Amino acid sequence: MPRLGSAPRWAAAAGRWGCRLLVLLLFLVPGPGGASEITFELPDNAKQCFYEDITQGTKCTLEFQVITGGHYDVDCRLEDPDGNVLYKEMKKQYDSYTFTASKNGTYKFCFSNEFSTFTHKTVYFDFQVGEDPPLFPSENRVSALTQMESACVSIHEALKSVIDYQTHFRLREAQGRSRAEDLNTRVAYWSVGEALILLVVSIGQVFLLKSFFSDKRTTTTRVGS
Amino acid sequence: MGRARAAGLALPLLLWQLLALAGGGAAFYLEVRELEEKCFIQEIPDGTVVIGNYKTELYDPAMEKYQPSPQWINLFVFVKDPENKNLLARQYGPRGSFTFTSQSPGEHEVCLHLKSIRFALFYDGKLAIHLDMQLGEHTNDHTELAANDKLTLLHLRIQQLVEQVEKIQKEQEYQRRREEHFRQTSESTNQRVLWWSILQTLILVATGIWQMQHLKSFFKAKKLV
Repeated sequence: MPRLGSAPRWAAAAGRWGCRLLVLLLFLVPGPGGASEITFELPDNAKQCFYEDITQGTKCTLEFQVITGGHYDVDCRLEDPDGNVLYKEMKKQYDSYTFTASKNGTYKFCFSNEFSTFTHKTVYFDFQVGEDPPLFPSENRVSALTQMESACVSIHEALKSVIDYQTHFRLREAQGRSRAEDLNTRVAYWSVGEALILLVVSIGQVFLLKSFFSDKRTTTTRVGS
Repeated sequence: MGRARAAGLALPLLLWQLLALAGGGAAFYLEVRELEEKCFIQEIPDGTVVIGNYKTELYDPAMEKYQPSPQWINLFVFVKDPENKNLLARQYGPRGSFTFTSQSPGEHEVCLHLKSIRFALFYDGKLAIHLDMQLGEHTNDHTELAANDKLTLLHLRIQQLVEQVEKIQKEQEYQRRREEHFRQTSESTNQRVLWWSILQTLILVATGIWQMQHLKSFFKAKKLV
């Protein structure tokens, strides 16, 4: 961990002011936000629901992507506390939905694989509620940022989007790799199967043909099996 | 001067953290029954610290809402690494946090289930698990760093940026390894298709020749030719 020089006097003052106003602000600002991203497995014919308590006026984003399984699609449904459907899509591979919570309460979003009979799917979703909590809650709202600090903030935002892109890339790559591994095993099984069928059919044909010309003395006709 | 400032900062920050935990942070919750296992997949590079903050609740049908769980509901956490070895297999109380560090890069499976440790009393009602899994740089407790190392706000911001960049670096390295694995799979598929096609053509030709020879000798024996 790199250690830099001692703090200047203005930082001490800002710290003191921050402490005094923080207690007030804690009651004024809406609840802490953040993002939850989860990858889970959805078995066939199953439905998985997640619930989250959201306060009114918070801007939320739900983003999901199917990583492995079948045709890489899933049904998604988002409901508000009163049961009104805010978002409903069937058999989607990936999508992103932004909304502002119109009322307080528990929002529910469900992923359904009920249309699939034997493939289970791996689904990734990222539910962002409000803004990310700032590093120091008092600072951004009270004192003006110096150039260094605003540069740090913009670098932080840029790095967050880099990490976001990396996540999307990782998911796409996981999807591609899953397809490639599927293809690999399929090629192996089908090749072996075809070679066997080829042999069996060729040998069978010959013996079947021979049986047409064989004498009626033999009661059992040999058929390739 | 530095120590007083740091102490002055630490208390409201600690309060903020506690509020975040109490309010659930960005945690969503899911409904489970007792002994029902829910698994999540975390695809992470090696050396990543994962902290899962959770709290469990019991559904009270009389009040028609969720109440915090009593002490006899325990959470069992099982974490499997990409090689299917057990990384973590522990029992936790009704609320708290679990943590593990990944030893090898890849897909880690985190499985949770609730169990009542009362003797043979199976709880029939609905349960809820509030879950918030954080990894990488989000797990660093900035309040501790502030108090211990007496760093200023700017230092902490830069520390956060350094952690973010390290996370990106690790992800890139992980990505490089996965792309290598992907390339190996594709090349293996390519080789398999090539060799099995050649083999099948050879089998085809060989069985064709064998068929003709066999039938020729058969018809000669039958004096048809």
